[in-house]
Amino acid sequence: MSFLTVASATLKKDVRLEWRSKDAINAMLFFSLLVVVIFSFAFDPTAEESRRIAGGLVWVAFLFAAVVALNQTWARELRNQVLDAYRVSPAPANPLFLAKAVGNFIFVVVLEALMTPLFIMFYKLRALGPGWELVPIALLGTWALVVNGTFFAAISIRTRAREIMLPLLLFPLSIPALLAMVNATTSILTGEESARFWIALLVAYDVVFTTACLLLFETVLEAE
Amino acid sequence: MKRGFSILAIITALLLSFALYEALVAAPTERTMGDVQRIFYYHVPSAWTALLLFLINFVSSIVYFIRKSAKADILALVSAEVGVVFCTVVLVTGPIWAKPVWGIWWDPADIRLNSTLALWLIYISYLILRKFSTSSKTASIAAAWAVFGALDVPFVFFSIWFFRTQHPSPVIAQGGSLDPAMGRVLLINWAAFLCLAWLVCWTRYRLEVLKREVEEAQALESLHEVSR
Repeated sequence: MSFLTVASATLKKDVRLEWRSKDAINAMLFFSLLVVVIFSFAFDPTAEESRRIAGGLVWVAFLFAAVVALNQTWARELRNQVLDAYRVSPAPANPLFLAKAVGNFIFVVVLEALMTPLFIMFYKLRALGPGWELVPIALLGTWALVVNGTFFAAISIRTRAREIMLPLLLFPLSIPALLAMVNATTSILTGEESARFWIALLVAYDVVFTTACLLLFETVLEAE
Repeated sequence: MKRGFSILAIITALLLSFALYEALVAAPTERTMGDVQRIFYYHVPSAWTALLLFLINFVSSIVYFIRKSAKADILALVSAEVGVVFCTVVLVTGPIWAKPVWGIWWDPADIRLNSTLALWLIYISYLILRKFSTSSKTASIAAAWAVFGALDVPFVFFSIWFFRTQHPSPVIAQGGSLDPAMGRVLLINWAAFLCLAWLVCWTRYRLEVLKREVEEAQALESLHEVSR
């Protein structure tokens, strides 16, 4: 089976499942909505303060929300031994991984697109820097979280206390990516510095960790 | 092997006592910081030792991938455990020194302290993964994770480095030269700490080998009982 056949079949299946059940996206939406509302009550920030804290707030909310989608990535395949069937099939491992990662990427980007207007509304946000740069930051940052998250979710299904294991693995490793996303967002909102360095860091992070995931995924898939 | 172990233990004890004397009595008192500076002889060697142990963890994980040898796996586990202990010493002594010198316990923009904290978190999560794994191939999973952890280190370093250039930092002593007498004491302490780390790793290594032998024997025994 070719790389593209396997990848597109898996991706289509995952998107269709999510489209019909809407389990992950609903949970993620409601979770990040709660974060928005609770923090806006807790701080009640002025527009100036918002610019300083919103970057951190937005990304922490998305990071926690993304865990919902990431956790169900492989857990779903354990039921009815789907993953075992995949392992004994002649299909290569990497397209499966890439399809899962792209699927999660789509879910989290949809979540971000839906939540961003709410963040702008509740926190009275207006970018003083070049606002369009937020788009590549969001895309690169989301990929950074999702590619490692998909990989570690495959590790965490091999442990006790699966659901809690994923954040324990993902968060320490995501510190540089998170720092880059938060600082890039804050630089653009406040318009004080250029976000170029942080964007370059995110690109490097994405390239290095995507490569590492693809090289090591087969080992993790085989580790029953 | 037992004899070598005893010799190493004696050398470690002697070196540690000598290093203690050198650090607390023989080393000159620093002019501006005073006696507080002496914590430096514990802080810096611990940091170097921890970094060395994390490097050993990375190398043995790579060796495990190539050779699939149980020895490399045990070495990776042991070096991560002992490395975390030394790393904890760094994180505890750092703020104790920073409070009187900088006036704050923790500076969120200090590159070394924060990189060390991130490293500590990464290797704690490595140990948790090993502890919680139910896979029959824990060693492979852990080795994969160790590679990810090591790849993360340069990113941690650069992100905090750039974070610092944006935020003013209260560090006063930057790039100052070290008194040769202090440098000597530092190296003696490092030698003592390295011996200590080696000794602890050795003990832990033997313990892990014994533990695995016992587990294997128990598994065999229960197999015999079933077949009887």
